[in-house]
Amino acid sequence: MTSLQDTTIRSATISVLVENEAGVLARVVGLFSGRGYNIDSLTVAPVEGDGGRSRINIVTSGTTMVIEQIKAQLDRLVPVHRVADLTQDGPHIAREMALIKVVGTGMNRTEALRLADAFRARVVDATIESFVFEMTGQTDKLDAFIDVLRPLGLAEVSRTGIAAIARGKRGF
Amino acid sequence: MSTITSSAPAKPAATEEMEAGAEVLLRALKEQGVEVIFGYPGGAVLPIYDAIFQQNAIRHVLVRHEQAAVHAAEGYARSTGKVGCVLVTSGPGATNAVTGLLDALMDSIPLVCLTGQVPTHLIGNDAFQEADTTGITRPATKHNYLVKKAEDLARVVHEAFYVAKSGRPGPVVIDLPKDILIGRAPYTPKPETLHRSYRPQTAPDAVQIARAVAALKGAKRPIIYSGGGVINAGPAASELLIKLVRTSGFPITSTLMGLGAYPSNDDKFLGMLGMHGTYEANLAMHGCDVMLNVGARFDDRVTGRLNAFSIGSTKIHIDIDPSSINKNVPVDIAIVGDARQALEAILEAWDADTTTQDAGALADWWAQINRWQSIKCLKYTQTHEKGGIIKPQYAIERLYQLTREHEAKTGQQTFISTEVGQHQMWAAQYFRFDQPNRWMTSGGLGTMGYGLPAAMGMQVANPGALCIDISGEASFMMNMQEMATLTQYRLPVKVFILNNQYMGMVRQWQELLHGSRYSESYSEALPDFVKLAEAFNGTGMRATSVDQLDDVIRAMIAAPGPVIADICVDQKENCFPMIPSGAAHNDMILGPEHDSKLSDGSGLTDAGMALV
Ligand SMILES: Cc1ncc(C[n+]2csc(CCOP(=O)(O)OP(=O)(O)O)c2C)c(N)n1
Ligand SMILES: [Mg+2]
Repeated sequence: MTSLQDTTIRSATISVLVENEAGVLARVVGLFSGRGYNIDSLTVAPVEGDGGRSRINIVTSGTTMVIEQIKAQLDRLVPVHRVADLTQDGPHIAREMALIKVVGTGMNRTEALRLADAFRARVVDATIESFVFEMTGQTDKLDAFIDVLRPLGLAEVSRTGIAAIARGKRGF
Repeated sequence: MSTITSSAPAKPAATEEMEAGAEVLLRALKEQGVEVIFGYPGGAVLPIYDAIFQQNAIRHVLVRHEQAAVHAAEGYARSTGKVGCVLVTSGPGATNAVTGLLDALMDSIPLVCLTGQVPTHLIGNDAFQEADTTGITRPATKHNYLVKKAEDLARVVHEAFYVAKSGRPGPVVIDLPKDILIGRAPYTPKPETLHRSYRPQTAPDAVQIARAVAALKGAKRPIIYSGGGVINAGPAASELLIKLVRTSGFPITSTLMGLGAYPSNDDKFLGMLGMHGTYEANLAMHGCDVMLNVGARFDDRVTGRLNAFSIGSTKIHIDIDPSSINKNVPVDIAIVGDARQALEAILEAWDADTTTQDAGALADWWAQINRWQSIKCLKYTQTHEKGGIIKPQYAIERLYQLTREHEAKTGQQTFISTEVGQHQMWAAQYFRFDQPNRWMTSGGLGTMGYGLPAAMGMQVANPGALCIDISGEASFMMNMQEMATLTQYRLPVKVFILNNQYMGMVRQWQELLHGSRYSESYSEALPDFVKLAEAFNGTGMRATSVDQLDDVIRAMIAAPGPVIADICVDQKENCFPMIPSGAAHNDMILGPEHDSKLSDGSGLTDAGMALV
């Protein structure tokens, strides 16, 4: 573990397994806003049959001491089963999906299509004047793709926020 | 209601006998051992009041404001170690309770607060007396519930009590829509199984215990710093703490919340630490090489300026709440667990460890501490001339002495609560507590108006005891309506007002930090407290000079009913020592009795001014 005295700000991907009950997301989000922690990305969905438990993935940032504090604060919420710091606990995979709308005609349009191909994005909707691309990948890859589309008629972006999981057989 | 008193336990999946929700609720409370509820009725909770009316097992104490119900339940809980129970109506009843809930959260007091709610089909419609109670109380409680289905009712009540008292205790709200209270609901008994997600760690880790003992044995300048966690861990934890001090010969200091866990009269006790702590306690914290924190949380009132707090010492922290560890102060050895279990483990490991302590270093350390003690930082001068003005410190010392004598003579135990301000700090400094659960004060939230209702709760829990609220004239007026509750239930609580005609603590900060501009801190237009007591059918008395003090205290103790004792004290007195906000432990301001060379008050900084 890095030193608690370390003042550099790092990013952390934290997964939280929660009881799927009313208000649980409000508790988590309220904890972050009430204590002044950052949320860079947040996703939540049930991960067990019959709505038993949900998994929340949060990307946050702070000093080691703050991140340790965030984990401890999350862990003491009553409906929280487990908290894992994926960034700290070993290699992990984090993916995000984006739907990206580009509006335009002519050269821009063909260029957008060519770039989508290079970035391995899929066309999920097309009209004479627009495309909607779907792309899944790491956050920075999505950022890069969105950036190159900016001069080519980028009209709208909808992103999921990340889902993350540890590599290998290690479980949550 | 025969089902409530029936001793036959219902089956878990009890569908056979359905009762009204309100009756199921009372049955669950009874199974949880609730003897008394502090509450105030209203439309949404009428079904519960109807059920209360038809039974005798649970008493109801009708307060005069919902905030007082929560503080009373806190006083009840803190003086007994049990879970306090509160019942309020929806909307304004619930919002009035919020201050009390946050107070209990910050001081880790176990409570269950039942709030009424509009019927489920009206929730979200801005119905009459509707409030988003679970939304409003989410950051003011340890946990809260909205019961939306009748079959969840009994389970939720049992769970709420478990959550309130397990791990780090705290307040839990159960929001109860009226249709759930009226409709039929099944009863389910207290579950035997573990909670599905909330299972706080109570047993300490053996490796960390061994590391702690090695550090403690090798200490040259050790200090034990104990807090409210020791009180919450039960009287056995206090006994183990005493044993650890006896075994180790270490000096010990305590937070405001921890007073009484270790006997204040013992020579190993350095007094309270922190903003108004003693010179010796704060300098020992500043200069120690090994610090053992048992059940305290490095609160800003205790640490002062963080980057100057006890630099270089090895810090060991025992806490049942992992989020308290490394929150403000990074520690070297973290022990997550219950204070009693951790102290037990430390004592066992201490005996098993064969290394000996550095007796020479310890003796030098004590010699240094004795030098610090010799300045007598709590010194003040009290005139004894007839008609002489009463110093507030002297009033507390006399109250302590005379209640102590009374206790020795009659066996009647003394319980003390306070409001918030200078009187609170003087009570902490000059009333020498020697047992846990006898001292109740609002530490974390600093809630004026806490003391009177808290004393009411202590008196309900301990009918034979002498329960005193050490009060300020301003704080008293924040919940003085509770005098009526005292009279109604013949609760002989004594209100001991240190009347300095100022919001003294505010006046003190204005004097020291704002150029003596006493903006709005004068207690203008005070009522006549003697007549006020009489108006509430209690007894009023007053002392205006030092020669009257003992007689008034004796008369107060002897009076059979509630009393307001108006003790008119020196208006200009300040509370010292003082570490200004944002200053370090060795930047202490001492009182006028002291040579200013000891401290120049250089701890007053612009950055500190911005702090509370
Ligand atoms: C509910 C609430 N409001 C305001 C404050 C801020 N405050 C702290 S001490 C104090 C003055 C208390 O005056 P008094 O009760 O007369 O006590 P004294 O300091 O004079 O002993 C005030 C206003 C508070 N702690 N609580
Ligand atoms: Mg006052």
